[in-house]
Amino acid sequence: MRLDAFHVVAAAVALLGAAVTIFDLLPINKFAFFAGYVVLQYVVLATAWNIMGGYMGYVNFGTAGFFAVGAYTSVVLYNLMQAPLIVMIPVAGAVCALLGLGMGYLTLRLRGVFFAIATLALAIVLETLVVNWDYVGGATGAYILRAREIAPFGDYVEFLFFVMLLLAIFAVSAARWIERSKIGRGFAAIRDDEVAAECAGVPTLRLKLIATTVSGFLMGVAGAPFVLYVGFVEPSSAFNLVYAVNSIAMPMIGGATTWAGPLIGALLLGSVQQVATVTISSELNLLIVGVLLVFFVIAAPEGIVGLVRKWRGGGR
Amino acid sequence: MTRERLLDARAVTKRFGGFVALDEVSLDVEQGERFGMIGPNGSGKTTMINCISGTLANDGGGIVFKGAMLDGKKPHERTRLGIARSFQIPKPFRSMTVLENLAIPLEYASGAGPREVEERGMAILETIGLADRAGENSGKLTQIDMRKLELARAMATEPELLISDEAMAGLSSTEVDDILDILFRMNERGITIIMIEHIMRAVMRFSERIVVLDAGRKIAEGRPDEIVNDPEVERAYLGE
Ligand SMILES: Nc1ncnc2c1ncn2[C@@H]1O[C@H](COP(=O)(O)OP(=O)(O)OP(=O)(O)O)[C@@H](O)[C@H]1O
Ligand SMILES: [Mg+2]
Repeated sequence: MRLDAFHVVAAAVALLGAAVTIFDLLPINKFAFFAGYVVLQYVVLATAWNIMGGYMGYVNFGTAGFFAVGAYTSVVLYNLMQAPLIVMIPVAGAVCALLGLGMGYLTLRLRGVFFAIATLALAIVLETLVVNWDYVGGATGAYILRAREIAPFGDYVEFLFFVMLLLAIFAVSAARWIERSKIGRGFAAIRDDEVAAECAGVPTLRLKLIATTVSGFLMGVAGAPFVLYVGFVEPSSAFNLVYAVNSIAMPMIGGATTWAGPLIGALLLGSVQQVATVTISSELNLLIVGVLLVFFVIAAPEGIVGLVRKWRGGGR
Repeated sequence: MTRERLLDARAVTKRFGGFVALDEVSLDVEQGERFGMIGPNGSGKTTMINCISGTLANDGGGIVFKGAMLDGKKPHERTRLGIARSFQIPKPFRSMTVLENLAIPLEYASGAGPREVEERGMAILETIGLADRAGENSGKLTQIDMRKLELARAMATEPELLISDEAMAGLSSTEVDDILDILFRMNERGITIIMIEHIMRAVMRFSERIVVLDAGRKIAEGRPDEIVNDPEVERAYLGE
């Protein structure tokens, strides 16, 4: 892997994150970290969704299912052995990677809207299972006691913010690497024409399974710290359809064919939602998403990235 | 001169529901041969190509390529074995430039590294006369250029057998000659070619041997001069 400006920026962002969370370099109030965590979580989810939905053209409505399985994996690990976050994250990722692989095997023979419906159904089935599983609290939910403070960050939320920042950097870097690799070019061929891709030598089923696995992994990773963030998790919050809707809307608004799209979309829409939640009401969120989505689908189907390319005149 | 058998399709049958699109069609193509396939609209030519390239699974019979059974093999495996095809209705990778279209088969079928892609891709575009379109979006090409891109993408898989499904439809007569020229040259390099074409002048000039399909059955097979004088072929084309 060649190092370039992207990696310099990514490293700078990580350092800045460390500076503000560990050394409290800037006077940032606690709410900013609290809200920032959610925005960064959406960067991971939108980036994960985009690997299948944007690069390959397979629309996954089951983001909430993966996110929740990631979160509940942490609950199980906590109940079993009080596992620390550093263990929860990779295990949740692995569980969701397997889930993605399984979903791929079951559903990838379906195309278009049938695939989308199957992913939604999967999320519903998973929610039903969790609701009926007493070990993780069933319908009433589960508490996790977390420390109020953690060295060297101080406030625990600042620590979680930093962790999610690193996960977001990891997810975006992975997506960017995939996009520029042979695999990414194969994904694009599948999106454009699956039969032509096969006849050009692309092993479409294998690539689709890679996509569902990687995408599932990243979604699970995003869900792993959730229980520590909220302290209490119940099926209706972890399986919330908002995750599915946002992780589709953000790449669409940002631009779905490139890694920058979900990043921009999540930062923008995620921030607007956080501000709206505080200043007006949380019900407004979905309305904002809806209006923006309609606007972009009609006026700028290639998202913000597409608009920028057009302005620069570099659009192909 | 005896040549080795490259493709051997035995009694291939394909049904769509109750409709029999291919009824025990057999054909064998020799290494290095220029082979023509003709027949009226809807006679099953494209369906036969789909069965050979693996985009459709045949319901009966079997297909052997270079001595190996193809049944059960995925299209991309057949491509890597050396079977390439063009699509009658062009299927460009629309989000990509013309050159990027070739990068897919170059990387996935002929094992080119990212650095060789441009050079080899441009060489193919040069041959097919699309070099000046290399950087253009493939979705915005004219129908004619899309057909050329179909051939170029098939060539980029480095095939041993190239199946061209009406690559010349809609081309002017000089363009038809250009494409014929390209196919002749590929054939001289040892590539076996199956040409499906409605332009009789082109198939007759190009092919060493021709099969004729009608309503899913093979009704004739032979040298071009035998085919033009075959009463059954005449009946199929002109009706009773
Ligand atoms: N996927 C499919 N489902 C149902 N019927 C099909 C399918 N593909 C082809 N057919 C039918 O099979 C018959 C043969 O079609 P095919 O495309 O092979 O003909 P063709 O010889 O290539 O014709 P043309 O010269 O018009 O290209 C036609 O009647 C067509 O309608
Ligand atoms: Mg046809």
